[in-house]
Amino acid sequence: MITLQSVSKAFGASQALADVSLTLPAGQITALIGASGSGKSTLLRLINRLVQPDSGQVLLNGQDISALAPDALRRRMGYVIQSGGLFPHWTVARNIATVPRLLGWPAARIDARIDELLALLGLAPPVYRQRYPHQLSGGQQQRVGVARALAARPEILLMDEPFGALDPLTRSALQAALLRIQRASGQTIVLVTHDIDEALHLAHQVVLLDHGRVLQAGAPAQLLGQPASTAVADFLGRAQTGLRLLALQSVADRLRPVAALGAAAAAADNPAISAIDANRPISAISAISAISPVSPISASLNLRDALSLALARQVDRLPVVDAIGRPLGTLHLADLLRPAP
Amino acid sequence: MTARRWQPNRVLVLLLAAGAVAAGTAAFLSVAPNRLLSGQGLRLAQLPLGAGGPGWAAQWPLAAVLLSTAVLALAALRFNRRCHPALDAVAAFAAAALLAGLLALAGQQASRLAGSQGALTRVSLGGGFWCLAALAWLAATHALQRLRLGATASVLAQAALWLPVLVLLRSGALDALSLLQELGNKQDVFIAACWRHGQIVLAALGPALLLGAPLGLAAARRPALARPLLALLGAVQTVPSIALFGLLIAPLAWAGSRWPGWGLQGIGLLPAAIALALYALLPIVHGVLAGLQQVPADVLDAATGLGLSPRQRFRQVQVPLALPLWLSALRVAVVQTVGLAVVAALIGAGGLGALVFQGLASSALDLVLLGVVPVVALALVLDAGLRALSQLASQAVAPSATAVRAVLPP
Repeated sequence: MITLQSVSKAFGASQALADVSLTLPAGQITALIGASGSGKSTLLRLINRLVQPDSGQVLLNGQDISALAPDALRRRMGYVIQSGGLFPHWTVARNIATVPRLLGWPAARIDARIDELLALLGLAPPVYRQRYPHQLSGGQQQRVGVARALAARPEILLMDEPFGALDPLTRSALQAALLRIQRASGQTIVLVTHDIDEALHLAHQVVLLDHGRVLQAGAPAQLLGQPASTAVADFLGRAQTGLRLLALQSVADRLRPVAALGAAAAAADNPAISAIDANRPISAISAISAISPVSPISASLNLRDALSLALARQVDRLPVVDAIGRPLGTLHLADLLRPAP
Repeated sequence: MTARRWQPNRVLVLLLAAGAVAAGTAAFLSVAPNRLLSGQGLRLAQLPLGAGGPGWAAQWPLAAVLLSTAVLALAALRFNRRCHPALDAVAAFAAAALLAGLLALAGQQASRLAGSQGALTRVSLGGGFWCLAALAWLAATHALQRLRLGATASVLAQAALWLPVLVLLRSGALDALSLLQELGNKQDVFIAACWRHGQIVLAALGPALLLGAPLGLAAARRPALARPLLALLGAVQTVPSIALFGLLIAPLAWAGSRWPGWGLQGIGLLPAAIALALYALLPIVHGVLAGLQQVPADVLDAATGLGLSPRQRFRQVQVPLALPLWLSALRVAVVQTVGLAVVAALIGAGGLGALVFQGLASSALDLVLLGVVPVVALALVLDAGLRALSQLASQAVAPSATAVRAVLPP
C-alpha cells in the first residue's frame, strides 16, 4: 500500500502538487487521470523518488520512502514510460534482464524469466530474444518495456502513459494483457493516463487530478455515478456518462437466462474460460458477431459494445453464449434502462 | 531490339576526363639542372616513353597505366546494372593499379632523364603527376565507397591500396626522383622530424583529452556552463595559429625567468603543445557534450527509474551510446592537431614543419614536400583508423539488420 500524506511539490513558480493526501491500495490498479499539467506524472514519480516532495511524506507499507535508498527502492518497483525507453544498444533479452542483473540473479534464473515474460506478453522468445529495439514495432517495444518492468517481480508497477503512443488495436491488446497479468500476480499498479476510457476500463480506483489537487478519488462507477463536483462531471464527459457506465458492466450482469438451472450450471462450469475470454480484444468478438444479425454475443462482452451491436443490427435483443459457445440466455435492451442489479 | 538504358558511372567519367586534361596539359615531371633552380616541365607526351625497347621489363609501368586506365574507362561506361559489386571491385583494383603504375612510371622516367644528364640534375614530380595520382586515389575511394564495406574491411582495403606504393618506395624504383634524393640526403633529419612531430601531437592531445573530457562532462551536467565554455573555446579557435603561438611566447618566457628550475620556455615544445591543446579542446569538449546530449532523455529516465545508480547509468548507458560521437570528435581533434603541428615549427618546436619552413626559405620545393607528404599521410591514416573505430562503435549501438539476421536462425 502506498500512502501520500499532504504532499506538495512546486517546480519553480508552478505548483505541480498542492497538499495531496491519497491512499493507493495494495493489489489494485489505480489510475491517475487529468489534463496535462495536472500533476499526475509528478505524483507517479514521487513514488519511486524520481521527484522529491517539497513537503509531506510518501509511505510504502507504512514506511517513509525518503528513509530508503533510491536505487534499492526503484528496483522494487517496475517502471514503464510512454516511449518504452528501451536501451537501444541492448538486445530485448538484455533489456529485460536489466533489474535482475542489478539484483544479482544467477544467469540461468534470468534466462528462464526472460522467456517466461516474452511468452506472457505474446512475443515468441526464440524470435525476439536477440532482436534490438529498433527492429521492433512500437507495440512490440512497449511489450518489452512492460516485460522489463516486470522482470524482477516488483511489488509495485508504475506506468506513465504506457499505451499513449499506440494505435487503438495494439492498445486494447496490451490493456488486456495488463489486466491478465495483474489478476494473476495481484500486483499493485499505478497508471498515469489521459484517456478516460482507459482509466475506467483498467482501474479499481480512479484519481482525478486538476492543477495539482485531487478532484475526486474512487471506483469508476462512483466517479461516473456520483461526481463530487461539476468539474468532475465535465471532465468525465456528461454526454458519455451513460455509455461509460454501461462499459463498466458485462453482458453476463444483465442477461435473462435460458433456464435458471442451465445458466447457473454453465456459469459454475467454466469461470476460468470466461475470464480469459474477457481479455480478448473486443474487436475480435465483434467481428465474428457482426457477420449475422442472429449470431450470438459473448457473455463477457461489455454492455456498451453489446448496445452498439444491437443498434448496428437494428434488433432489441441478442442471444448470449459462453466462451465455448453454449447458449446462456438473451440480452434485452429494455433491461439496460433499469438500474443495475 | 529495345534500347537497353545504360548509365555511365558519372563520377568515374568525370575523374577520367579530368585525368585526360591533366595528362595532356600539365607537366608530369620537371627537370632542373640542380636542386635550387626551377625546372622545365615535361608533359607525358614529352617523356622518353619509348626508350628501353618494347619489352615487358622496360615498359611495364606504362603498360600498367594504360591497361588500368582502359579497365577504369570500361567500368565507367558500364551498362546499367544495379548493385553490381564485382564491377566496383574491378574499378577499385584498376584505380589502385593506376596509382602504383603512375608512381612507377614517374620513377622509371626520372631515372632515364637523370641518366642522360648531369649528376646534379633533379627530376621532380610535376603538377600533372600529382593531379593524376589524386584522381586515381579518388577513383579508388569512390569505388570502395560503392562497395559499402564494413569498418574493418574498408581499413584493409585502404591499406591494400597503399601497399604497392610502399613497395615501390622500398624497392628503389623511385630513387631517381628528387623527393627521394632529398630524403636520402636528409634521412636522419627526416626521421627525427617525424618523431618530433609525433611528440608534439601527443604532447598536445594528452592534456587536451585530460582537460577536455572532464570539461565536456561538466558542461553536460550543467547546461549553464556549456554555453560560455563553448563560446570561449570557439573564440580561441578564431585566433590564427601563428598569433596564438606568438601570444604564448611572452608569458611563458616570463614564467621561465621567474621559475628557472622548471624548464619553462617561450619557444619550443611547451608553447606549441599548449596552443595545439587549446585548439583541440573545442572539438573534444563539443564532442563529449554532443555525445551525451544525443542520448535520448527517455532512455535516461528509464535507466534511473529502473534503479541504475548514477555510475551504472553512466557506464552502461551513456558511455556506449555516446561513444561513436566521442570517437568522431577525437578523429577531428587528432587530424586537426597533426596538421596544425606543422606551424609549431615557427616557434622552434621542430617536427615536420621545420622541413617545410626550411624548404620554403631556401625555395627547395622537394624539402617542403618532404615535410608535407608524411603529414598528409599520417592524417589520412589516423582519420581512416578512427573513422573505422567510430563505425564499429555505432554498429554496436544499433547493429544493422543484416548483421543481426546472420545471428538469428532463419
